[in-house]
Amino acid sequence: MEKRDLKKLLDSLGLLSLLLLGLMVVVLAFVFTLRFQPDIFVAGIGEEHLIEESGPIIGPIEEGIHVETGLIAGEGLTAVIANCTNCHSAKLVTQNRFTAEGWIRVIRWMQETQDLWDLGTNEELIVAYLAKYYAPEELGRRKQLKVDEWYELE
Amino acid sequence: MKDRRRFLKNSGLATLSMLVGAEIVFASKLPKGYLPLALSDPETLKEFGKMEELIVLNDKPWNIETPSHLLDDKITPAEKMFVRNNGLVPEISDLRTWMLKIGGESVNQEKTYSLAEIKNGFVHHTYQITLECGGNGRGEFYPPTEGNQWGVGAVSSAEWTGIRLKDLLQEVGVKKNAVYVGYHGNDGHLSGDPKKEAISRGIPIAKAMQEETLIAFGMNGKDIPLIHGHPLRLVAGGYPASVSGKWLTGLSIRDRIHDGAKMESPSYRVPCEPVAAGVEVSPEDMCIIESMPVRSVLTYPKTGAILNLGRSLEIRGHAWAGELQVDQVAYSFDFGSTWNKCVLDKPRNRFAWQHFSAKIDFPKKGYYEIWAKATDEKGISQPMVVPGWNPKGYLNNACHRIAVKVR
Repeated sequence: MEKRDLKKLLDSLGLLSLLLLGLMVVVLAFVFTLRFQPDIFVAGIGEEHLIEESGPIIGPIEEGIHVETGLIAGEGLTAVIANCTNCHSAKLVTQNRFTAEGWIRVIRWMQETQDLWDLGTNEELIVAYLAKYYAPEELGRRKQLKVDEWYELE
Repeated sequence: MKDRRRFLKNSGLATLSMLVGAEIVFASKLPKGYLPLALSDPETLKEFGKMEELIVLNDKPWNIETPSHLLDDKITPAEKMFVRNNGLVPEISDLRTWMLKIGGESVNQEKTYSLAEIKNGFVHHTYQITLECGGNGRGEFYPPTEGNQWGVGAVSSAEWTGIRLKDLLQEVGVKKNAVYVGYHGNDGHLSGDPKKEAISRGIPIAKAMQEETLIAFGMNGKDIPLIHGHPLRLVAGGYPASVSGKWLTGLSIRDRIHDGAKMESPSYRVPCEPVAAGVEVSPEDMCIIESMPVRSVLTYPKTGAILNLGRSLEIRGHAWAGELQVDQVAYSFDFGSTWNKCVLDKPRNRFAWQHFSAKIDFPKKGYYEIWAKATDEKGISQPMVVPGWNPKGYLNNACHRIAVKVR
């Protein structure tokens, strides 16, 4: 009898210490993360906001440019960030120029071959933004040379 | 963008730390380019071992251009070499488990090689091979075409060391009906879908059997840098560089034209018959690009040079012509009215670019543009304006121009 009780006690003690150990690991992990990676929690909240089409724009705008992505600030920016920068860099947007028709063609291609989701009601907003701020400019057959910096040849 | 990736990366490490129950003590001791999870995509040019002066066109996926004056070296060093990625840089955790699987309809039997078997089982060859992105020059097309808007610097010419693809194929045994060799790498698809390949292109069987077509493991006398395809890649000069698959894990010997990712129309295809600018072309009327067109780039001086009247200007650069040799390079300093021959070297081997140089004496003070125009062995030259428009903006080989002032 006594032996069985002792075993029971030991078992529950073992279980208790295991639970305690588990709890300690979780707390420690949390403290460690908070200590070394505090951004995780902040970024986590930010991510949620990004998905909302009408949510606030994340991060500062300087001289009309969203600093983090380099995208022009304007109506539709949040939807563009939320839908277009998960898979690829915003640089792929900012270096291209299309009419609304052209941007729709690019979106369809990404949907057919690159796993882009249905943009739903956001599509109109996104296309309008892209066609307004990233519209083609007439280049002709060859542009004038542009020299960034003239220098004395040594 | 950067911040978000850092967040993902850090949280990855943090998650790992939690799983292991401690910080990764030896994280700082991990060999460069080796990370415990699929976290290899670097965040800065420095992490690639690239010069800060290189132009980042895109950072997810990484696409980095070399300014033309940094292409002056006869053999392109790693820190100046352009990068064209279609997907995410893979994790390379243990080279001992790296395998190259040869399969497809047209092999006698499937076979798998370890890295050691590749390196030790075949004769090594080294060639200087020029690799140029099919979209080099895209930024000049009008109407604009989708993709990275390259200037002239999506080109390199390094020394590649490896085994001949044909030696490997001969050992594996290829059926008579073989048409194409497709490659497979383990770079990640941008969408994160593990079932999707980022890119899986290939070459016709005749191209695979050329002496200079390599399965390379070395670049400029060292292991291939991670960003350029470590530990194994295909190197097939003269064709768009997208056929030279990086992070090579498999080859499919096909009895038809390979149908991997980015083999489909309109990727790396141009209209079979020339079209007017902006015209829509149906997929079946687009033909796969094979040999790249003749091209040259002025690498010295850097555009914007000012010099005094009476001083000769030395110009130099490189020229290449896909699978052909360059026969002649000429320069003009009067907007194409008159042309003078440059001194042109022979290539070190087939598919290596050729160096050219000239000395210019300017007749009077003023603003000049130096234009360089190469002509291939068939007499075909670079155009002075942007060549035929195509829906994806490939093959713009218009002559390169730099500006100079004489005072």
